[in-house]
Amino acid sequence: MKKSKDIDEMIQQLFAGNRRAASRLITRVENETEDHHEIMKKIYPRTGQATIVGITGSGGAGKSTLTDHLIQKFREQGKTVGVIVVDPSSPFSGGALLGDRIRLQRHFLDDGVYIRSLASRGCLGGLSSATYNVIRILEAMGMDIIIVETLGAGQDEIDIIHIANTCILVATPGMGDDIQAMKAGIMEIADIIALNKSDLEGANRSLRQLQTALSVASLEEGQWAPRVIPTVSIGSRPEDLKGIDELASAITEHQEYLHTTRSIDKVKFERVEEELGLVFKDELQRLIFKGLRGTGKKRKYINSIIEGKNDPYSVVEEILNTYLIRKKKK
Amino acid sequence: MKKAIRVVIARLGMDAHWRGSVVVARAIRDAGMEVIYLGNQMPEAIVETAIQEDVNVIGLSTLSGNHLELAPEVVRLLREKGIRDILVILGGTIPPDDIPKLKAAGIAEVFGTGSSLEKIVRFVSGSD
Repeated sequence: MKKSKDIDEMIQQLFAGNRRAASRLITRVENETEDHHEIMKKIYPRTGQATIVGITGSGGAGKSTLTDHLIQKFREQGKTVGVIVVDPSSPFSGGALLGDRIRLQRHFLDDGVYIRSLASRGCLGGLSSATYNVIRILEAMGMDIIIVETLGAGQDEIDIIHIANTCILVATPGMGDDIQAMKAGIMEIADIIALNKSDLEGANRSLRQLQTALSVASLEEGQWAPRVIPTVSIGSRPEDLKGIDELASAITEHQEYLHTTRSIDKVKFERVEEELGLVFKDELQRLIFKGLRGTGKKRKYINSIIEGKNDPYSVVEEILNTYLIRKKKK
Repeated sequence: MKKAIRVVIARLGMDAHWRGSVVVARAIRDAGMEVIYLGNQMPEAIVETAIQEDVNVIGLSTLSGNHLELAPEVVRLLREKGIRDILVILGGTIPPDDIPKLKAAGIAEVFGTGSSLEKIVRFVSGSD
């Protein structure tokens, strides 16, 4: 266990932009070491100022290659960029093969870019549960922009909307008909849709379908209208690439929209609301299981549920009444 | 706590032989560890990645005869940055005569051709 003096020193180094300190603090937060609450308390005042860009979409759609180009664009604008890439953990072994970083290799030796791969560690929703905290650490490190790339998502991995200021959905041609495009879930959370691999056959048809689906959405006056940008993120020659500048401009425009309409306040409110709920949930569960430890009651409760004598809702109610809510004595 | 051992696997320099590194990466993953797979990289990029990803182990793979130059360079760069707690291991076609030189240069272990996956995994998981 690290002494709190060491942790304080690491946090000071983090504030000065030290990458090794950032890495070590991220590991502590990811591993949920006993001091991770202390770490978060100390860094929190230095956070909240970065622009957070979320990138989601199916596996193989081109999230990482688009991320690579966006890092380049932000660097050209003189901004520092933190990148978080999430890949799945194995449900069987708990291990993970984190392979997104390889697409970002031209930025490995750039002092203005910090990249961290996270395994989802059993968390559903396209992110890992540590993602919120890791973003805060990168903010405290002084990153201007933080790109969060979710794991290859399907239709409902939409946690990113609670975190990102701007959400980009990466789609590819031939992903289904216009009804797919109108379904609820992941299509709804996008501020910008990148129709990647738009040099493939069927791209025009997919573009029209996406535009149609977006055009029938009812928007309030002045509300951001999500847009589709055809992109090509891989090419042997620079001129083979397509839509990268447009994508970067759309992000800037969306940021301007958030600030001029004060929608950014709502985004920030929702981010903290989500964060608060998560911390509550984790901490409450931890406290209660800690309180039950050694009493044998947890086992008894579980067995009584299996035997049909009890159910999870009654057990939780009973425990909360016993341990947490001190009712007034009559 | 949800701890995991983290490992960077890279092919040293321009080495084109990919299968060994991928098989080892997969075995380490299946043993419950988190592998950051890098493909071909030079020592500077490998070390910088190891720092940003806060790994316990750097696994290098080479079959092209560059091991005596590039593998010690990885260790040297780590030491230069004051890092002593990341293990560097090497796999591939390494002539037995070179192993003492590599170990003297700070390579923690060398796994030549024919090394069992089990042995590699055991070494890496004992790194914590």
